[in-house]
Amino acid sequence: MEYQFDPNVRYAKSHEWVRVEGAEAIVGISDYAQHSLSDVVFIELPEIGRKVQQGQPCAVIESVKAAEDIYAPLSGEVIAVNAALERTPETVNQDPFGEGWLFRLRMDNPAELDDLLDAEAYQALVESEDK
Amino acid sequence: MNYIPNTDADRAAMLQAIGVGRVDELFHDVPMELRYPKLALPPAWSELDAQREMRALSDRNLDLNHASCFLGAGAYRHFIPSVVDFVISRSEFYTAYTPYQPEISQGTLQAIFEYQSMICALTGMEVANASHYDGATATAEAVIMALHVQHGDRRKVIVAPTLHPQYREVVRTYTQGMRLSIVGDETPGDGPGGLAGPEELAALCDDDTVALVVQVPDFLGGVVAPDRLRALADRVHRCGALLIAVANPIALGLLQPPGAWGADIVVGEGQALGNPLSFGGPYLGFFACRAEHVRRSSGRIVGQTVDLDGQRGFVLTLNTREQHIRRGKATSNICTNQSLNALAAAVYLAALGRQGLRQVAEQCYHKAHYAAAQIARLPGYTLLSGDFFHEFVVRCPRPVPDINRYLLHEWGIVGGYDLGRDYPSLAGHMLLCVTEVNSRQEIDQLAAALSQLDSSPAHVGQEVRR
Repeated sequence: MEYQFDPNVRYAKSHEWVRVEGAEAIVGISDYAQHSLSDVVFIELPEIGRKVQQGQPCAVIESVKAAEDIYAPLSGEVIAVNAALERTPETVNQDPFGEGWLFRLRMDNPAELDDLLDAEAYQALVESEDK
Repeated sequence: MNYIPNTDADRAAMLQAIGVGRVDELFHDVPMELRYPKLALPPAWSELDAQREMRALSDRNLDLNHASCFLGAGAYRHFIPSVVDFVISRSEFYTAYTPYQPEISQGTLQAIFEYQSMICALTGMEVANASHYDGATATAEAVIMALHVQHGDRRKVIVAPTLHPQYREVVRTYTQGMRLSIVGDETPGDGPGGLAGPEELAALCDDDTVALVVQVPDFLGGVVAPDRLRALADRVHRCGALLIAVANPIALGLLQPPGAWGADIVVGEGQALGNPLSFGGPYLGFFACRAEHVRRSSGRIVGQTVDLDGQRGFVLTLNTREQHIRRGKATSNICTNQSLNALAAAVYLAALGRQGLRQVAEQCYHKAHYAAAQIARLPGYTLLSGDFFHEFVVRCPRPVPDINRYLLHEWGIVGGYDLGRDYPSLAGHMLLCVTEVNSRQEIDQLAAALSQLDSSPAHVGQEVRR
């Protein structure tokens, strides 16, 4: 199976990605994650203003096959959510690194980025899992 | 299910097909001594004798076809049109298992969809599920749903003291281990028995509040003006909490739907809609909410859709998720409903229609108010209720159990509910219920019986007068 790996984001081992923009970070799930879930039907996003901790569940993504927690890849405050997903959750399947983003954080501690994987390391992780 | 007869030849063919000589061989796993154990039974009776004996036994019961009844308190006696039993007794519906597969069950699913639609119309809500076990469990499910709408961050649930006492118990049972604090029952106020009304309850609301639960009409029969309920809803919403209304569906034929004054979830006991009292069950709990919260709701929902050819069809929607998709993340373990009871409610509502339901509600209201006026005139009795629907509170000159024993044994009347069982401040008070099935003659007889209470012998006979 061929998956896309955006080289410009960093990845958590739990399959979320992070794109840093200044002091803020955009969070989504990887192409591998959306493939594994299959058709996404509902996403329970965190409320704006909520403080999330790195590694803690902060959202739920539900597909026709399963419901999975989304773990915060970084600590911070949720400052925006992708409200369009309420009506069109399938965007996560169609464009996981773009229009299918989930929420935006104001980072508490940019040093946490060091805990995340680059595209190459993440691809190796996926290839070891996807056997 | 179809009736399929089979002959000896059919049975022989089937046994041959599976390679078995005799039917007995199919039971070879059951030890021989357990197959036909000797039972210590008396000699067999003829069927005629057995029927006579059973009838003699059942004739010793007093049933509501032979007694007038003024007991409500959560289970209500109403006239049930014959069409209700006729429809629900059809073999397609009358089965222990409700088939939900859309390929074979369009009629069943359509009936549930119509039930849901009528519950939405009655409650003023956008979504209703296919039903819960009863009013109490529907109330508990509503509280749990509200907790999840708040993301589990809040801990306080306010219940009105005039929410049915058993519902309050079930809410506490269902929410054990959820670290909720359930408050409000003990709050004093200006209502009968010094119990809290909407204003006192509103004052308890804060930013730790999950939901506030009120009953309309309340357990004591009381009805509160919609503007007071609207003010309560506003206060609850300003705290970021949900307002749960527990409603009597017959009363909704007359009262504003709770959705109109701001309720977020409306639940209740659906028995009054076409279901007999039947010793307390099986009943059905109805459950309806605003569309924005549907993802947090429990139970099954039937939805309307179109098939590949664009034709209308019905399917279970959203909530099979609880079992099959959300699993460990499910917020409720309910994966069934009370289909036959819900069907009875749907047929009842369809048979009565909007006007019919209103007429039933009006008759309940007027007869109950006539009864209350008759009893309030009697020396020793005081009417405590202000505005009420079809139940009212009366302070009595003697302990309620004594009065009920006297009414039953001397007059063949089933009296009211002893409120002292649940409310210490209402010891010696009776909750009486009057519906459209109580005739004026029955009401006058109840008043006469109560007025003669003092002249009745101290101890009363054992046999019930018919």
